[in-house]
This record gives sequence, C-alpha cells and structure tokens, in this order.
Amino acid sequence: MQPEWIMGLIGGLVIGVAGAVYLLGNGRIMGASGIIGGLVDGSGRGGNTERAAFVAGLFGAPLIATLFIGTPDTHVSTNLAVLVAAGLLVGIGTRIANGCTSGHGVCGISRLSFRGMIATVFYILAGGLVMVLFRHVLGVV
Amino acid sequence: MRNLLAVVAGSLFGIGLMISGMTDTSRVQGWLDLFGQWDPTLAFVMGGAILPMMVAWRLTRRGRPLAGGTFPPPPLPEIDRKLVIGSVLFGAGWGLGGLCPGPAVASLSYGGVGGLTFLVAMLVGMWVAPPLRSRLDSAVPAE
Repeated sequence: MQPEWIMGLIGGLVIGVAGAVYLLGNGRIMGASGIIGGLVDGSGRGGNTERAAFVAGLFGAPLIATLFIGTPDTHVSTNLAVLVAAGLLVGIGTRIANGCTSGHGVCGISRLSFRGMIATVFYILAGGLVMVLFRHVLGVV
Repeated sequence: MRNLLAVVAGSLFGIGLMISGMTDTSRVQGWLDLFGQWDPTLAFVMGGAILPMMVAWRLTRRGRPLAGGTFPPPPLPEIDRKLVIGSVLFGAGWGLGGLCPGPAVASLSYGGVGGLTFLVAMLVGMWVAPPLRSRLDSAVPAE
C-alpha cells in the first residue's frame, strides 16, 4: 500500500465533489481554464463575480490549509525561461482547446464527452513527448 | 447563493489538488514521464475525481441547478482542429512546467517565484489567445 496513491484517490474524490457542487449548485462545468480565462479576456460576461469567488476559494483554501498542515513542496522549476514558455503554452493552449485537465479531463470524461476524451489523449501525448525530449534528450526539466 | 457555492467549489477543488499531490510538479511530470521513474498518482486522482462527477452528471437529467438557471447542454460531438492544436500546446506546457491552470492558482501561496512566474505567463497566454483562436476558425478551408 502506497500512501501517496491513497492521498491521490482521496484528493481526487474531493476534486470530484467540488465539480459536483459547481454543476448541481450553479449549473456550470468546473473547468479551471474557462473560469480563469473568462475573467482574463472578458468573455465571462455576467458571471464574473461567481468566477472570482471560485478563484478566491481555489487560492485561499490551500493558503489557509498551509497554516495547519504546513507547506507542501511544489518542486517548481528554477529555470524562468522554461516557466514562461510553459505558462504561455498552457494559457494559449487551454483557451484554444476550450478546456484543460479539469474541464475536458474530469468533467468531460465523466459525461463520456468525445471532445473531452480526444483533448485528454492529445494533451497527455504532448506532455509525454515533451518529457522524452526535454528531460531525457535535452535534460532541461 | 451562486457566489457562496462558487467559493465552496473552488475551496474544495484547491484542497483536493493540494492533498492529492497535484500541486507538486514532480508528481505530474513523473506521471507523464513513462521512461523515467513512473509515478501513478495522477491516475488515482483522475479516477477519484471522475466518480463523483459521474453521479453528478446523472443527477442533471432531471430538475434544475440549486441556485437556478439550467444545466449545461449536451457535449458537442465534433472534433475540430482548435481542440487538437490547443490540447497539444497545452500538453506541451503542462509537461514543461508540471502545472495546469487549477494547480497553478491553488499553489500560488506556496509555489514561490517560480509558481508566480508560471501563473503570470499563463494569464498572458489566456489574454492573447482569443485572436489566435479566431484565426484558426477562419483559416479552416471549406470541406
């Protein structure tokens, strides 16, 4: 028994309950890139307070949790060029694809959305190829 | 009511990401890295998250959302190149940085300068994306 698997499963269930609250409560799909992107590019229209409330919880709850359980390690890269490139790719890619790991992945797959499944296959393939190239060939991540 | 539910959902999402280890970039990259020390955690997180969501989607077949309005329409069937190109770009960035949008915000308070750099770049990317998206739309040849 590996404890990190169990924590992954428990954390995953909490994420799924979060998505269920957002769907059954507000009638919305819990997609992080859509919620944040709508605030950034102004496409959120009337739903901006609701989006901001979601983002406030997403940022604030882990912040409060660190006071009780300490600060988890993020192992974020120290290479700023890599981080800027990664951030730009994630921002542009999720908005062009209209979804990320939460929207296409969790919310899409759970309703057997073909688009969600195809998106998930492509972002995992691309991520896997990047690991091969940038970790094993170039050694930068 | 809507804002309260949004705070609750966002908070649960953040806590779930944090305790599952998904704000740790080495876990995400370890899962994507099939040829290194493969880390299976992400599959458990995905599986765990999909279970409650399957129940929730089933419950949307009748009634209305608690805070009013309507449930989302059925998923679109068509696969366009925005979906594929966007997902490939996203996946490349996800592998490079080990972060996707949810964890980037959730770990902002403890991710240091690196986490903040990623988040700012991601917001810039989201801000410049709409014209790129419409260009992909208009460049589609008639089929």
